[in-house]
Amino acid sequence: MINEHLPALQVVVPLLAAPICFLIPNKRLSWLFATLVSWLSFAMAILLVIAVNDGTILHYEFGGWAPPWGIEYKVDIFNSYVLLIVTAIGAAVFPYSWKSIQKEIPETHHRIYFTAMLLCLAGLLGMTITGDAFNLFVLLEISSLSSYTLISLGRDRRALTASFQYLIMGTIGATFILIGVGLLYALTGTLNMADLASRIPALEGSRTLEAAFAFLILGFGLKLAMFPLHLWLPNAYSYAPSSVSAFIGATATKVAIYALLRFLYTVFGSSFSFDYMQVHWLLMPLAIASFMFASIVAIFQDGIKRLLAYSSVAQIGYILLGISLVNVTGLTAALLHMFNHALMKGGLFLALGAIAYRIGSTRVQSIAGIGQAMPYTMAAFVIGSLSLIGVPLTVGFISKWYLILATLEKGYWPLTVLIIISSLLAVVYTWRVIETAYFQERPAGAPAVKEAPLSLLIPTWVVILANLYFGINSSLSTDLASHAALLLFGGSLL
Amino acid sequence: MMSLDLYNYWVVIFLMMAGFYMLIASNHLIRKIIGLNIFQTSVFMLYISLGKVAGGTAPIAAEGIDTYSNPLPHVLILTAIVVGISTTSLALALVIRIKESYDTVQEDEILELDSIADEEGS
Repeated sequence: MINEHLPALQVVVPLLAAPICFLIPNKRLSWLFATLVSWLSFAMAILLVIAVNDGTILHYEFGGWAPPWGIEYKVDIFNSYVLLIVTAIGAAVFPYSWKSIQKEIPETHHRIYFTAMLLCLAGLLGMTITGDAFNLFVLLEISSLSSYTLISLGRDRRALTASFQYLIMGTIGATFILIGVGLLYALTGTLNMADLASRIPALEGSRTLEAAFAFLILGFGLKLAMFPLHLWLPNAYSYAPSSVSAFIGATATKVAIYALLRFLYTVFGSSFSFDYMQVHWLLMPLAIASFMFASIVAIFQDGIKRLLAYSSVAQIGYILLGISLVNVTGLTAALLHMFNHALMKGGLFLALGAIAYRIGSTRVQSIAGIGQAMPYTMAAFVIGSLSLIGVPLTVGFISKWYLILATLEKGYWPLTVLIIISSLLAVVYTWRVIETAYFQERPAGAPAVKEAPLSLLIPTWVVILANLYFGINSSLSTDLASHAALLLFGGSLL
Repeated sequence: MMSLDLYNYWVVIFLMMAGFYMLIASNHLIRKIIGLNIFQTSVFMLYISLGKVAGGTAPIAAEGIDTYSNPLPHVLILTAIVVGISTTSLALALVIRIKESYDTVQEDEILELDSIADEEGS
């Protein structure tokens, strides 16, 4: 029965497809092949979500070696939800890539692009699905190494330095994670997450355990761009090719947040993480600093990609705030925002990629007056921006609503005020772009601009319409998120 | 003395801090990569020394031997070394491309060239 092997296939298919994709001599065929694989992954993620929706947990033992000796893949509501986010964005970005990279990446590198994208997808899915702490490190490095390659494919030479900077920061983060996992192994003699979880409560008070916890939090903090460890992110997102920004911006940080939550709740357990280590008092001020600082900096950016990158740092701040509230509503808000931010930032970066395809630049001044020339692209950008601000009927509203409910539940009303102020700052920075596009004249002598081709518009609009659909009919995403949050708090995950 | 019994950890900590300092403080991109390598190697040594069992031999089944070192951390580190090599080679490849397009591998000079490009609005 193929269903039995779904957890393994989810990772193995894109992983094996990557070298095959490189061997296909025809560029168009390798694109079609990669797109097909991304859709197949999406279909598998949907099947997994359906399979675990009733609370069952799927186990897959590699090579028939029972855990804790063998590597185990484990799917529950929480990580099937993250798999869905990653593969959904992948399924939209792969078909989009063909046209988008024609103008952004030299033709000789097209196959490398698709190979690296598939490897990145495989790494992210593997990190999400694995039940083994060391396996998580290896897959984290697979996804990171391929994303450094993807970022360095950008046209601007600053893409190279951005990629180098990300490589240094990312490797420090990954090495910290490696230290943390090593210390845990020294203490418990196991790498299986479920096994670790059963052995850690007995060790409370051990200095080594505290050190392992600190290294892991710091390592994941670097990978998910927690303020002030976010310095690699704006450059990496600004100079990467548009489709890479859309894919990595929407998925990579989400998977790092997933891994952080997995360690906080499942491996260490909420009583150790929050009652003993009190980690939420570290996360909360950093989260607030993230969204206030990044929203203000975003206002002063000239490049729209850089503006969106700072906005991503701010959105990560909201997610961390939801986590640091340590209640079910807050965690639901954080999980919802992982899904919703992937949709809104994915949609915005895709719309921006369509603009870059026609204009060749993504600076705010250069898009003056394109509102009339590219009506569908700009309309997509406007809806994405509304979602980013949190206007009702979009997904942004749903997650902000839950986040505000969670702060009020805790009685932290000043936080509510800060969230609203930060949302208003989002109005300011997105309005600058929209105003320039719609209310300024195209500069005299500028070449005429046409609407973006359909192969760019369709994936963009699919993601943008998902923003509206899940904003109006939010029961699907909120149910999944709240079930996952309950599962994490219930501790019955494993 | 208790603290000297654990000298392997002192070695690891010294290497880790030396590598980390080099990584942060150097201006030369190649030196940064060397620092990163030393930093990673210290973690490999941490793992390898974790697997040592006092009085244990190599983990090969043979008559008359019943104490073995733990092979698992060694196997894990083989994987981590492969990851480290990939990272290093990717970083070196990037430095070659940086050298080609900036004609320098000094970080401050690169930043200066970038800020000039920013002012010109390209």
